[in-house]
Amino acid sequence: MSRVLIRGGRLLDPSVDYDAEGDLLLEDGTIAALGADLPAEECEVVEANGLWVAPGLVDIHTHLREPGQEYKEDLASGGRAAVAGGFTSVACMANTEPTNDDPSVTKYILERAAEDSPARVYPVAAATRGLEGQVMTEMAALRDAGAVAFSDDGRVIMNASVMRRVLEYSKLVDAPIVVHAEDTGLRGEGVMNEGAVSTRLGLPGNPVAAEEIHVARDIRLARLTGARLHIAHVSSGGSVELIREAKEAGLSVTAEVTPHHLALTDESATGFDTNSKVSPPLRTHRHAKVLREALVQGVLDCVATDHAPHADHEKDVEFTAAPFGVTGLETSFAIVSDLYRSGEMSALDLIRRLSTVPARIFGIPAGTLAVGARADVVLLDPQKQWKYDAAEGFSKSRNSPWSGQKLTGRVEATFVDGRLVFRAGRGVVMQ
Amino acid sequence: MIGEDLLGIAPLDRARIELILETAERMQEIAGRDVKKVPTLRGRTVVNLFFEPSTRTQTSFEIAGKRLAADVVNFSSNSSSLSKAESLLDTAKTLDAMDPDAVIVRHRVAGVPQRIADALQAPVINAGDGAHEHPTQALLDMLTVYQEKSRFEGLTVTIVGDIAHSRVARSNIYGFTKLGAEVRVAGPPTMLPPGIEELGVKTYTSLREALEGADVVMALRIQLERLTGAYFPSVREYSATFGIDRAKLRFAKSDAIVMHPGPVNRGVELSNELTDDRPSVILDQVRNGVALRMALLYLIAGRRMGEGI
Repeated sequence: MSRVLIRGGRLLDPSVDYDAEGDLLLEDGTIAALGADLPAEECEVVEANGLWVAPGLVDIHTHLREPGQEYKEDLASGGRAAVAGGFTSVACMANTEPTNDDPSVTKYILERAAEDSPARVYPVAAATRGLEGQVMTEMAALRDAGAVAFSDDGRVIMNASVMRRVLEYSKLVDAPIVVHAEDTGLRGEGVMNEGAVSTRLGLPGNPVAAEEIHVARDIRLARLTGARLHIAHVSSGGSVELIREAKEAGLSVTAEVTPHHLALTDESATGFDTNSKVSPPLRTHRHAKVLREALVQGVLDCVATDHAPHADHEKDVEFTAAPFGVTGLETSFAIVSDLYRSGEMSALDLIRRLSTVPARIFGIPAGTLAVGARADVVLLDPQKQWKYDAAEGFSKSRNSPWSGQKLTGRVEATFVDGRLVFRAGRGVVMQ
Repeated sequence: MIGEDLLGIAPLDRARIELILETAERMQEIAGRDVKKVPTLRGRTVVNLFFEPSTRTQTSFEIAGKRLAADVVNFSSNSSSLSKAESLLDTAKTLDAMDPDAVIVRHRVAGVPQRIADALQAPVINAGDGAHEHPTQALLDMLTVYQEKSRFEGLTVTIVGDIAHSRVARSNIYGFTKLGAEVRVAGPPTMLPPGIEELGVKTYTSLREALEGADVVMALRIQLERLTGAYFPSVREYSATFGIDRAKLRFAKSDAIVMHPGPVNRGVELSNELTDDRPSVILDQVRNGVALRMALLYLIAGRRMGEGI
């Protein structure tokens, strides 16, 4: 019998709006008790004075690259990066090689993750075969194999009729359809936000309208079908307005925002650093401000990293040739907790957007400290300064816009299933 | 290396631009000699690293280097495929290991000269990168205008055509505004990029209004193959609305000059006669290009950029 007592922290459980000093007892992989002055007999005691004690963070948007692109990341390294970032549950997108559009691939990912990953891994299966936007996947079989959502992320289902049928059919499995919303024709060859900065740099621009048009289309299709639509990595203030209207109309529409879209702008491309190249692109300060406000208000439901590892030799090329994407698992809490430090968001709401709500959107049993729940817990210090060096990090890839920078807000310890899997300063300590 | 590179006009201050132009004027004297060669850069090596073919610019740099007695090596990469792009920095570093005194980079993608400069010991001169900057073209344009007008303050410079895809336009906008001229840009709305006003220019979709009172009219080359149909309906319509001939030039000042970075699509951007004769100064631009590039090589490969200011 394993017993861990996390003593003297600030317990945060957004699922029941609980915010109080106290102890948390983890017993045999479940949360056994929480409250003041729990007895420490026969317990391994972890002191949490001055720290937040919260349900493990949940990231519903990552690319863990296994199978097929293990030189960028695999389930072991991605899982270590996850727990180092406080994430105890992560969902991984389907654009692996082969594509996760077949139950055998879903099962393979789950089997490998169970062996290799200290974080729980939840596969997102493709919505259409080969991510080609033509033929829908066997959603029931994929769900039975373990898929929690369906998405052609990175690719776009441009044919509205196909998208309509995908949404309709998804009601059979009651799983969200996650969309990368961008009109590919309007996006064209764009590699950054279209605006004054792209004009100055002479790089092909991608206008916000490319995203907004697609968000509008998919919201209309969600209304037509009544299906669960989740909009990935919202980058535009215009999209926020469309999502707000959809929610007011009572549609099953949810949305996420990435740390990089909250914190960075298209000015990051000055100097042509390809770690500013993401899809959808970083927008202007005005859009970033709207995204922050929308996350505070809950119009944007949650944070998701879109952790997209790429090797140095892939990123260190001409701006137009570099792949889109940055890593995000290890820096997400530091970046997003700025909303707490600035006073824009309470501690409870921050954890809500990083854990409870994303878990709910994907139907993942996480995001709570309720007695009897799985003992996935994170200890956080929202004021701790630390230096992030991607080369020293846990991801195999180093394509982070924050590498080399001093960040505030650190993950101190991560427990999965009641076992300590990460401790700041000691690293990942699984098995 | 920062401080010695010439990556664009945007990072230059007015004093630096004036130093380059003054140095270029002194270099022009050499071109008038019987023996057009001085030993200034003897023993120095200049590499032309052209990832995008450009016979004119490359030749201009080559002649400039040779007139200063530098050894000029041409390295042309014919690769246009993205798959070979991975070796971009390797190629540059390989050349760098041979200790050149300057590397001149031309690439179809914006930002490549900067990335190469970040990686290299040798100073880098940008010979044109995507739609970003073409600083040597802008400097030779400034030199040409100064020779014609003897001033920059108070001049009106109208740039006509595909502003969106033009590195020449951007570099000239930076240069002429820094020197005190008013810069206007004119073209079809599809070719006026968003936020261009933030660079300090006025935008026009009426050629006539853009030309009124202009001292300098600069037409840009249109990429006919790639853009016809997508950015403007036809060559005929472009020529009718934004092509410049003697009749339309009457809207400008009576002593306005006409410039073009070349090569001209005759009968499209400029009428045939205007291409060849005054007030067009196109061949002066080419001639000045050699002197201007001699000046830059003298300052950069000769490591004299920090002097004289």
